[in-house]
Amino acid sequence: MTIWPAARTRIERLGGVALDGLAAGVELARTFGATWRGVFRSQRPPGETANQMYIIGNKSLLFVAVTLGFIGMVMVYQSCLQINRITGDLSQIGPEFLKLLIQDFGPSITALMLATRVGAGIAAEIGSMKVTEQVDALRMSGVTPVDYLIAPRFIASVVMGGVLTVFGVLVAYSAGGLTAWTSFDLNPRTFFSTGRVELFDVTIGIIKTASYAMAIPVISGFCGLRARGSSEGVGAATTAAVIGSSLAVIVLNFMISGIGLILVGRGGG
Amino acid sequence: MSERGGSRVAQSIESVGATAMNVAREVGGISMLTARVARCLVPPSMDGRELVRNMYKMGNQSVPIVALTAFFVGGIMVIQAGMYVKQFNAAGLVGWGAGYAIFREIGPVLIALMFSGRVGSNNTAELGTMTVTEQLDGLRALAIDPIRYLIVPRVVAMVVMLFILTVIGIAVAIAGGMLFCKLLLHLEYSTFYYSLVDNLDWTDFVHGLVKAAVFGLSISLTSCYFGVSVRGGATGVGRAVNAAVVAAAVSIMLLDFFLTYLLP
Repeated sequence: MTIWPAARTRIERLGGVALDGLAAGVELARTFGATWRGVFRSQRPPGETANQMYIIGNKSLLFVAVTLGFIGMVMVYQSCLQINRITGDLSQIGPEFLKLLIQDFGPSITALMLATRVGAGIAAEIGSMKVTEQVDALRMSGVTPVDYLIAPRFIASVVMGGVLTVFGVLVAYSAGGLTAWTSFDLNPRTFFSTGRVELFDVTIGIIKTASYAMAIPVISGFCGLRARGSSEGVGAATTAAVIGSSLAVIVLNFMISGIGLILVGRGGG
Repeated sequence: MSERGGSRVAQSIESVGATAMNVAREVGGISMLTARVARCLVPPSMDGRELVRNMYKMGNQSVPIVALTAFFVGGIMVIQAGMYVKQFNAAGLVGWGAGYAIFREIGPVLIALMFSGRVGSNNTAELGTMTVTEQLDGLRALAIDPIRYLIVPRVVAMVVMLFILTVIGIAVAIAGGMLFCKLLLHLEYSTFYYSLVDNLDWTDFVHGLVKAAVFGLSISLTSCYFGVSVRGGATGVGRAVNAAVVAAAVSIMLLDFFLTYLLP
């Protein structure tokens, strides 16, 4: 006997979504803890970590090079256009670009690219193992799926995420220098200068890289393990992994940058 | 391929060639699909109900995720600009810096990446599932053209909806930027607003919107192509979704580069 059945269903649905979200968050945190335990318990299949490093790292090399190269060119081009319109002094563009790349864009854009490529890959692989009941088979033989499946990908992603970020920063920086040279006649010697980079920027960059690299495999593996049904389930898990990891990268970026800004404010007075 | 033996050099050359052939096959397939979609659009004839259903599913249901992303992106841009404000004491440039980046680059590109992650991959998964369960063959047996019935409404819906979502996203990002400007940098809303309005004009906005439309087209075509060319069960669907998001990300970055040069 409800007065507004439509309103009630809607509120019910909203509450259901909130409860599901909360439950998923708790379970995600638990998976994160279990992954760390798995890293130290070393129940990993031999050679799997190296194999995952190859899949996550080497196979993403071309993808990261292409995307970061083009974004480096675009960013330098757009900034040079704006500076030409206002002051016309392009001498600071290279050092400032490197500072921004190290502190924010390098880690974040590389991580967004990895969230699409690696995140989707992990979720698709683990998801299809789940729906073909291979995960249950693992559990039956007394192996924890998180230890066996997520932990090696976690280690591989942390190592390779760092390597790929350094590589991506170098590619974007060189591509940007090339653009400034060819399109705006800026001497490469003026562009390639590390004068503006401080220890603080490098620290923020490393913290960001490490957080993204930890978040992506755990979220994607978690989505993969939750896959249900058959091929639709795998597709849905892959979508959820891409969205979840990209959103995690953006929110982590916001939080770490915000803390960095507050620290700069304290330090600079 | 390794059974054939040969030196490592020959093998690596082979693998480069295989990758190149693969890329060529995919580009060719996407071009063919583009041509067939274009032929269906002149004169425009498609299933109206399917179009509306897809628009709702792809557009309306993506609003929360796009708004959330855009809100944080606005905050990130203001924080980055804020570092310079604190160094050079240039409060009047925050709106300009953040607005320029959001309008022209970060707004369209990030919203397109999120759209590709949510809608593009979902679309590939759906079409892929239909392909592996032979529903496309079923349509063909009923003399219904799957391109006209399934693909064209999706392409149109994605292009229109990404365009609209980019407008919404840019608005939310600017609002988020203003809010965080007040909270983190303690600047008045009006400082941000006038800095944005005085230094930017409608060409910056249109620049971003043209990009959004082109990104929408490329996301829709790649995701549909990888969806209909799925082979082999649930594993195949997962692999196709993966390939589709990677292809969409690469094409977004490439097109962004060319459009930046071409557009004013």
